[in-house]
Amino acid sequence: MKILVCLKQVSAKESTLRLSEDSLHVRESDLSFEINEPDTFALEEALRLKEQLGGEVVVVSLGPARIQTSIREALAKGADRGIHIETENAESVDRTWAAGLIAAAVREEKFDLVLTGLQSDDLGTGQTGVILAEFLGLPHATIIMEIQIEESRIKAKRELEGGWFEWVEMPLPALLTIQSGLNKPRYASLLGIKKAKSKEMRRVTPVELGAEVSGTNALRLRKIYVPVKSKNTEFLDGTPKEAAAKLVERIRREIVSSPS
Amino acid sequence: MPTTLTEDQLAIRGAVRELCRDYPDAYWREVDKAERYPKEFIDALTKSGYLAALIPEEYGGAGLGLTDASIILEEMNRSGCNSGACHAQMYIMGTLLRHGNDRQKKQYLPGIASGDIRMQAFAVTEPNAGSETTRIETKAVRQGDKYIVNGQKIFISRVKQSDLMLLLARTTPYDELKDKTRGLSVFIVDMRNVKGKLDVQPLDIMINHHTNTVFFEDVEIPAENLVGEEGMGFRYIIDGWNAERILIAAEAIGDGRWFVDRASKYASERVVFGRPIGANQGVQFPIAQAYAHVEAADLMRFHAAEKFERGEKCGAEANMAKMLAADASWEAANVCLNTYGGYGFARDYDVERKFRETRLFSVAPVNNNMVLAFLGQNVLGMPRSY
Repeated sequence: MKILVCLKQVSAKESTLRLSEDSLHVRESDLSFEINEPDTFALEEALRLKEQLGGEVVVVSLGPARIQTSIREALAKGADRGIHIETENAESVDRTWAAGLIAAAVREEKFDLVLTGLQSDDLGTGQTGVILAEFLGLPHATIIMEIQIEESRIKAKRELEGGWFEWVEMPLPALLTIQSGLNKPRYASLLGIKKAKSKEMRRVTPVELGAEVSGTNALRLRKIYVPVKSKNTEFLDGTPKEAAAKLVERIRREIVSSPS
Repeated sequence: MPTTLTEDQLAIRGAVRELCRDYPDAYWREVDKAERYPKEFIDALTKSGYLAALIPEEYGGAGLGLTDASIILEEMNRSGCNSGACHAQMYIMGTLLRHGNDRQKKQYLPGIASGDIRMQAFAVTEPNAGSETTRIETKAVRQGDKYIVNGQKIFISRVKQSDLMLLLARTTPYDELKDKTRGLSVFIVDMRNVKGKLDVQPLDIMINHHTNTVFFEDVEIPAENLVGEEGMGFRYIIDGWNAERILIAAEAIGDGRWFVDRASKYASERVVFGRPIGANQGVQFPIAQAYAHVEAADLMRFHAAEKFERGEKCGAEANMAKMLAADASWEAANVCLNTYGGYGFARDYDVERKFRETRLFSVAPVNNNMVLAFLGQNVLGMPRSY
């Protein structure tokens, strides 16, 4: 089975986040980077499928030169080769553009299965996977908790709200966006890190793919900001009985009716 | 951190950090409180091959250099873990690798690399011979095809978590020696199958370190378990000292960075008298100073490691790296505790645990005073001071 895993490099969890002057970015000089955590579950699932069924796992990512460390990390964990789409605009909110680049880079390879993380830890749009499925003309399902391959079909367990699940079935090739926590991602082994150096890393640019160098203006980021913390203490006066009645009324009106 | 770390070294650092994330503060708090061995952590490291970093590929290891290995240990401590529980599995085998014969290396190294054989105890120190190793008294007397060992060792760590122990024992009485650095020999003791009485008594100490007093009573060691030549054991263990000091320096650097990280974060968040305590120079400057000292010590650590890997003499640099790093981590530990105030003493904040653990580096594997004595005498040419 030939499996593609889409990885995104995001700022590491321990990074200090400070806004850039234009309030459109986080200051990159403060950051260290890592693989988007949801994508690590997609990678692990792909590696397990390869161990069961044989085949190949290829990882693709887009971004500047620094993302090669994340591709190499995936290779160290057992992926067979990597594709680096070289662009300085990886954080563009225009995910149609990003998905289009990935589609253009991998279309000819005819993967049996494409896996992505459910969403990224930075933008969190959850869109790239499903848009990619459209571009590649693949059936897709999101928030996947379990995968079963049966001949040329795939069964996938989707997470719904409130502890409910559903099983969906579709023909291969297909695309699934993977829910975090469905497996325990492996660590890169020391020997894996050594071997990763000699694995293939294909580099392509948007120009070579016949695509726009940066995202379109269809979707633009206007401003990033840190929410202002506020605290408001109110005293309910009256006798205890009166205060309790007022409290119950307030809870009914303001909390129960708030969206959950 | 030097800017010249290779891509592989950065990848190793990242991978160890990722592994350590699964062993967070709460795990180490529990392990420390129960005084138990962090088996799960060690198993994860072993499975991923990190403790076999220094074992050559032909014996199943990764065949990496000392700098790489030091990065692994540093990153453990930097992440809040305690590398003391496993560092010996990484480097004790060095004596076997450098001085063992082919049969011994083939017999033991692949198992040590895979983790099937645990060799992380090296019995050198004795109650009557601390830093003065040439004065050890535990005797190994040859009888036919075996040696009979009698004596006592102290501060022998991880004996109960080891299958094999390396032992330094006297094979020629001290008084009969012209060269007092001779007369000691290194043996492999297979503790899975001991003939004679090997009594291991755990010592109750201030850190969770699993160290012991070990009594040997007519313990039989097959003569084939002698490492290298009889009488050359002191030379063999000296050979391993520089590597050990550089690795210990890296562990201390890791601790130092952990303390500085925690202190600076807490100082920025803790508000007293209407502003973060880190806004006071009295709080901020000691943290910045500790940071500078940790970073400076780190330069010596990498300098020593580079010289070691080039095969150059590096005794002075390795000793200085260990001393400077131990001093810097201890300074950072004190600064961190001061910054946390009373909370620093609360186990839930983890500072007190790391504080106790990092104190060891000033004392072991060599006391900082012995480092100064070495520098004064051997580097600066002053008279012997001890």
